[in-house]
Order: sequence, then C-alpha cells, then structure tokens
Amino acid sequence: MADLKILVPVKRVVDFNVKVRVKADGSGVDLANVKMSMNPFDEIAIEEAVRLREAGVASEVIAVSCGLVACQETLRTAMAIGADRAILVESDADLQPLAVAKLIQAVAAKEQPQIVIFGKQAIDDDANQTGQMFAALMGWPQATFASKVVVANGMATVTREIDGGAETLEMKLPAVITTDLRLNEPRYATLPNIMKAKKKQLDTYKPADLGVDVTPRLTTLKVSDPPKRSAGVMVADVKELVAKLKNEAKVI
Amino acid sequence: MTNLVIAEHDNASLKAATLNTVAAARKIGGEIHILVAGSGCAAVAEAAAKIAGVARIKVADAPHYAEQTAENIAALVVAHAAGYSHILAPATGAGKNLLPRVAALLDVAQISEITAVDSPDTFVRPTYAGNAMATVKSADAVKVITVRTTGFDAVAAEGGSATIEAVAAAADLGLVKLIGREITKSARPELGAAKVIVSGGRGLSSGEKYHQLLEPLADKLNAALGASRAAVDAGYVPNDYQVGQTGKIVAPQLYIAIGISGAIQHLAGMKESKVIVAINKDADAPIFQVADYGLVADLFQAIPELIAELN
Repeated sequence: MADLKILVPVKRVVDFNVKVRVKADGSGVDLANVKMSMNPFDEIAIEEAVRLREAGVASEVIAVSCGLVACQETLRTAMAIGADRAILVESDADLQPLAVAKLIQAVAAKEQPQIVIFGKQAIDDDANQTGQMFAALMGWPQATFASKVVVANGMATVTREIDGGAETLEMKLPAVITTDLRLNEPRYATLPNIMKAKKKQLDTYKPADLGVDVTPRLTTLKVSDPPKRSAGVMVADVKELVAKLKNEAKVI
Repeated sequence: MTNLVIAEHDNASLKAATLNTVAAARKIGGEIHILVAGSGCAAVAEAAAKIAGVARIKVADAPHYAEQTAENIAALVVAHAAGYSHILAPATGAGKNLLPRVAALLDVAQISEITAVDSPDTFVRPTYAGNAMATVKSADAVKVITVRTTGFDAVAAEGGSATIEAVAAAADLGLVKLIGREITKSARPELGAAKVIVSGGRGLSSGEKYHQLLEPLADKLNAALGASRAAVDAGYVPNDYQVGQTGKIVAPQLYIAIGISGAIQHLAGMKESKVIVAINKDADAPIFQVADYGLVADLFQAIPELIAELN
C-alpha cells in the first residue's frame, strides 16, 4: 500500500521479572536501581506493526513514547525491533492514561497514521485504558485485546479475545488496535539492528509544544502492601490432602 | 449522588458480575440506577429491576446495541450521563473495552479495577500485578470506575423492585461490524463465577495431558478449568483459560494449582482464593508460598490418585 503509517505508543515500565517493593513511607514503589524494559504488550504491538510493513501492507512504523528522557532507550529498542523512526514526548510529570491519550492524539494529528496499535495494558499501573481513550478522542473504531490482525483494502479485520471466547470485527481505517498475548511472539533485536537503531531518527516534543494539558486527575494518597497470604502446610500424600480439604477446610 | 451501573448481559440474561458492581455502588452510597443497552433485552431489564437496592432501570433497546460494541454503547452512556456522579461497570473483558471510551468522551480519568471504596472519591486499586495497592483520589466531577468483581460480594439478585423506563437510543455510529463470535461451549461453570477452579500449568507437558488429567478432576469437583500463561503460551488451552495479571482475576472457594510454578503474574490472578492447593514436583516452586495445602508430587501420579480418592 502506498502510504499507510502505523503509530505504536510504547511505555517504559519496570521489567516484568522484577517484584516491586512498596516504599516504607507508603509514597509509592521503590524504583531505584530497578531494571526497566518496554511494556511486554507494547513489544507485541511493535512486532505486529513491523510485520505489517514487512508484508507490504504498511509503509512506515513510528514508535512514540511519553515520559522521561530515559524513554529514548525504549524507543531505541522499538527501532531495533524494526520501527522506522521514533518520537519522544518528554515530560517528567505523572502522565496518566487520559493525558497520554491526548498526547498521542496530538502526535496523530501531525503524523496522520491509519492504524495505531497499543499494548492492551501496561504492567505497572495495570490501567488498560489508553488505547480505548485515544480511540474515543479520535472518534475511531477500536479492536481491543487482538489475537489476529488482517489489513487489506482500507479495512482491518481483527479477531479479539472476549470473555469466554473470541470475536472478529471488521473496521474501516483509521482504527485502533490493542494487543493481547497471543497476537505474535516478538523477535529478539539483533546486534546489527540495535546498532542500526542508534542512527534512526528520534524527534522530541514537550507536552506544551503539542498544546496538551497533562495535569493528573487522580492523586495517589498512599501505596501499601497487599494483604499477605501466609504459607499453609505441606501434606504427605493425596489421602492427607483430601482429608484436609474435607475435614479442615471443608471445601469439598 | 447517583450511581449509574452499566449492566453486563447477552440480551437474554444478566451476567453475575453486574451484582458485584452494584455492591461497589452501594459502598459509594446514593441512589443506584442500571443502564441496560441491548436489543430485545426486556428480560435483562426485568432481572436488573429485581436486584436489591436499585432504584431505576434505564433501557435502551435498539438493534445496534445487540453486539455490545464499545463505540455505540459509549456514545449512549455519555448521552445519558448527565446527573450521575459515578458511572460503573465490571472489570470484565467487556467492561474494560467499554468504559475508558466513556471516560475519555467525558474528559475524566477512569479508575480501573477498584477493590475497595474508601469514600465517594477515594478508591483502592491494585497495581504492579497486585503487589502494590494504591489508594487514589479523583478530582473529576464524574468518577468512571471499573470494579474488580472479586473485591465485592455480590448483592442479592432478588428482592428489589426498581422502576423500568425506556430511554432513547443514540445514533448508530456504524464504525465496526461484527463478523463472527465464537463462545467456547462448556458445561462447566464460568471461570469468573466458579466455586472451584482446577488450573494447570507447564508441568502438564502437553495439551493432551492437560485435558486427559484435569477434565475428570474438574468434572468430579464441578470445577471450572483455568491455566497459567505458560500453559496458554505453550498452546495447551485457549487464552480465555488464562488466570493472572493480564488474564482473568478469580477468587473461588477452592483453587487447585497443578504443575504451576507460581510466577507473580499468575499469583496476581488467584491469590484472593479462599483455599489454595498446590501440586508440584518442585518443592521450591513459589506457588507453595501462597498455598494453604501443598503437595510435592509427580502430578501424573497424584492427579489420578486424587480422582480415585474423591470417588
């Protein structure tokens, strides 16, 4: 297709292997010296966009991230996977989903993408909102929690995970897609591609350049540990297990 | 204060998650209304009217609500949002798809997956796979909220007598077309509502073994079947079996984790279960740290034994 841009918002989050610790003063979680990575669902989003370009369906893949200067690393990773260029909307404010959706809206106004692919959820705030919010702001259709994407003739046909099964939607572009786990398995960035990514174009804007008010709507009053579940007992065999479930726990 | 709860249903019957959502609205306080948007959904409206503590049911019955597409339903909710202080939906796949669209159209934040209500503007919600519970206060005029159903005990489905009123449908936006829908047919209880869940992980070694070993056990216990992400990724079972941070959040009376190591992402989806049983051959598996009863055993022997013992 001649000119079909795909925009992929990516978020820098605590690596999925890290078990975060709540700070003793309850002000948040301790992020000092913690490994940061691209949100796993966003990696799937980049991979899907790159595959669409490789298949000749899309002409360009642009990664965009909103946040600290350090998000440049996340964008370089996106470009190592195969994004053509990147945009950082730099801010050290607490950027909440509605603000991010508005920032992406402003970027979309400049770039005019036909498809925007989001990860369905970031694994830090677990909000699962930004893609849907962006779609609403644009008045675009959305196919969230996608497990299969086909793009042809100005339409996207998306199979999506729903409670108890799957459904397939057909949408006229422009449209929003959010990724679920089964959509694809992202490739590893190879060393040559990591080197190449360093030379790709990365533009930076500030929220004010884009005319977006990013004032947080939610204030976090405190963060605490979840109720701790204490370890129970080990049983010797199946007989003892069944006896305990019947007589002690009384659940069977 | 008036709460608007978005009913979850399939045009024929009301989904149980709506009852947990009404429970959250009750904690907030004020009057509770339920919006039923569907096509030929009168039975759903009647069921909603019987929910204890609900004052009014608003029904928008139109063909373009039959499929519950987020675009059309969000536009409808926004058209009827005036006068409501809180708009709530269950944090199910459907609710998560719909509600952020409503929030953005109203230019307010969404508070996702609340597990407790501290006050009408302050809520508790899990973050970081449930490893950090955040108490958040909303500055918005309208609070748009998804409710984690395991955080609130369902209100009684009977005993209420709300008035039912028809409301105008919004225009059909025609943005999406449903091509097909495949609901996994199962005689078993729904994962989100089951009292007992038998859940399998990578330890089962194959999809064939998963079904061969776990199905008779689930039949025996009238249990729903669940799985870890590893088992889903390995293709043993479809994605909608997945229990965890990004899958289903469950809290049954009994959760039996079989061949599941217990990654934090999995624990996030099941650690509120009343009784947890773990069967794993690795004595160091993290799942044992949350299990009430742990059995270190080869599951290929233990599961047939367990079924025999239950007989």
